[in-house]
Amino acid sequence: MSEKIAISVDDLTVAYNYKPVLWDIDLSIPEGVLMAIVGPNGAGKSTLIKSILDIIKPIAGSVKIFGKPYKKQHEHVAYVPQKGSVDWDFPTTALDVVMMGTYGSLGWIKRPGQKQKKAALEALEKVGMLEFKSRQISQLSGGQQQRIFLARALVQNSSIYLMDEPFQGVDATTEKAIINILKELRKAGKTVIVVHHDLQTVPEYFDWVTFLNVKKIATGPVKDIFNDDNLTKTYGINYKVSIQQ
Amino acid sequence: MTSAQIEIQLIASLVAIACAIPGTFLVLRKMAMISDAISHSILPGIVAGFFLTHDLNSPWLILLAAVTGIITVFLVEFIQKTGLVKEDTAIGLVFPALFSIGVIMIAKNANDVHLDVDAVLLGELAFAPFDRLEVNGTDLGPKSLWVIGCILLITVALLITFFKELKLSTFDKGLAATLGFSPVIMHYGLMATASVTTVGAFDAVGAILVVALMIAPPAMAYLLTTDLKKMLILSVIFGVIGAIAGYWVAHWLDASIAGSMTSVLGVLFLLVYLFAPGKGLISVLYRQKRQRVEVHLLTFLLHLQNHEEESERHVNHLNEHINWQKVRSKSVLDLALKNNMITIEDDIISLTKKGKSFTSEAIDYIITNKNAAIEEMKDRFFLFRG
Ligand SMILES: Nc1ncnc2c1ncn2[C@@H]1O[C@H](COP(=O)(O)OP(=O)(O)O)[C@@H](O)[C@H]1O
Ligand SMILES: [Mg+2]
Repeated sequence: MSEKIAISVDDLTVAYNYKPVLWDIDLSIPEGVLMAIVGPNGAGKSTLIKSILDIIKPIAGSVKIFGKPYKKQHEHVAYVPQKGSVDWDFPTTALDVVMMGTYGSLGWIKRPGQKQKKAALEALEKVGMLEFKSRQISQLSGGQQQRIFLARALVQNSSIYLMDEPFQGVDATTEKAIINILKELRKAGKTVIVVHHDLQTVPEYFDWVTFLNVKKIATGPVKDIFNDDNLTKTYGINYKVSIQQ
Repeated sequence: MTSAQIEIQLIASLVAIACAIPGTFLVLRKMAMISDAISHSILPGIVAGFFLTHDLNSPWLILLAAVTGIITVFLVEFIQKTGLVKEDTAIGLVFPALFSIGVIMIAKNANDVHLDVDAVLLGELAFAPFDRLEVNGTDLGPKSLWVIGCILLITVALLITFFKELKLSTFDKGLAATLGFSPVIMHYGLMATASVTTVGAFDAVGAILVVALMIAPPAMAYLLTTDLKKMLILSVIFGVIGAIAGYWVAHWLDASIAGSMTSVLGVLFLLVYLFAPGKGLISVLYRQKRQRVEVHLLTFLLHLQNHEEESERHVNHLNEHINWQKVRSKSVLDLALKNNMITIEDDIISLTKKGKSFTSEAIDYIITNKNAAIEEMKDRFFLFRG
């Protein structure tokens, strides 16, 4: 792990209708980590991701990607939204959705061609979905839809990956397949940030963790800070995990 | 056909195509109601524009009215953002207010303006050929043909140029934003196009038909295809069919053209809604019925698997045991035979090898409910199809 900072969040406060949902967040995420963001429902995990991506404008504070504002860095960042954020009845195929990942590097007006198609097919292959490339997206199972989203992020070939609950509603096989790909990304020096719900698997899957509940509770290496104390502070109940580290 | 008839059908078809294109994206964005709001609330814009220009086909009038359309969208979103009411309520608040302002403006100036509420709601397509564009004494055809032609040309150019951006921001606003394609620009661009098209079509077909032309053809296309490009093409085709068939229905019945076009679209929609393969009502009901039979088949196969003794596997015995009517027993038996899952010898039913493994797998699936398992099954067996 290098000492370079991939994402730095400074004094970030975000509000919906003047009700703060993220309060004075400071966060430095080193390059090359595989980090989980954990916290209860409504803790602001999705909001944090969207603020990093400049989809939501904060009322205070700032976010820097490799030291610069997001606007100048968007080609370095890939995003996997929560699966429920799109309409899966949209008239399009799996391949076409993955191709959308190439639009960022194309810019306005230019159309995807053979090169983009090849990249998309490779990404589909990597997530084991090549045989479903022509299938309409509503005809895919939940786990397959999640794999399509992952392929769409992979095709961007970015340095930073932000994923909002990629394991939500997937079967055990898909979960294994996804985590293996995430670990490969980290091995290739990428920074991967994942909103995660299953506390049991945090030590097994991730090397870095951020506890969030409106405020940042803690952030750091899993082996140092993933303990009952921080879990209790985050989830508000007396949290006893019997997780072997 | 007289040249006036041809011109009317041409205008109606161009209007239909110009409406179907933004309409497709409105339907996919679940914003059908917004087009209703725009088509009504541009009325004050049209009236004000008419007072200023005294020409319903003036580009200034079109722009002014289109701005009213955008203001409508903006107001609706503003009211919605306060978090006090939902979107449909916000739409219901904004457009009657603006529409009624337009109606009052017409009523107040009824004497010197040849605008009336009937014309506004239903259009005056029949009169369109009389208002002609003349340059240096040369007749260049009906003015509204030129107006809607220009609007259509711009719409098609925008569609081809920004197809990728439109598709992306319609499917996944969040990703569009992170990739540097402003969803706000796409949103208001689409609203502006829809507004300009509405104003251009308004004069010819009126406020009600504009909505019908924007929403009905894409809604039909949506039920028939799973490909965005095909959906656009089908919308255009349905729009044109509605326009031309509507014209002739009006001709034969001596009725309002706009009204007939709307009716034709309504009937077409009903047909597609009923008969569309896959997403149509009949197809959905048929699929449900088939699934019911398939569940019965599974029950039956499971019974065979659980009972080795011959007495339990006699054809006549099944009616009593599983407690089914004759008809159902027969259709289930036929289905099982057709798929080589059973054999019948001397009225004694036995599971084949395929039948046995199918039953085990299906039970396995139902118990574990793993997505991965069903994917393979779907392709090998007919059960759980669709
Ligand atoms: N668009 C929105 N408008 C208003 N409130 C919102 C919006 N999105 C999220 N919230 C609220 O902000 C809080 C944090 O939401 P979110 O970031 O989605 O939490 P998490 O992803 O941790 O479950 C919740 O209380 C939620 O109700
Ligand atoms: Mg969330």
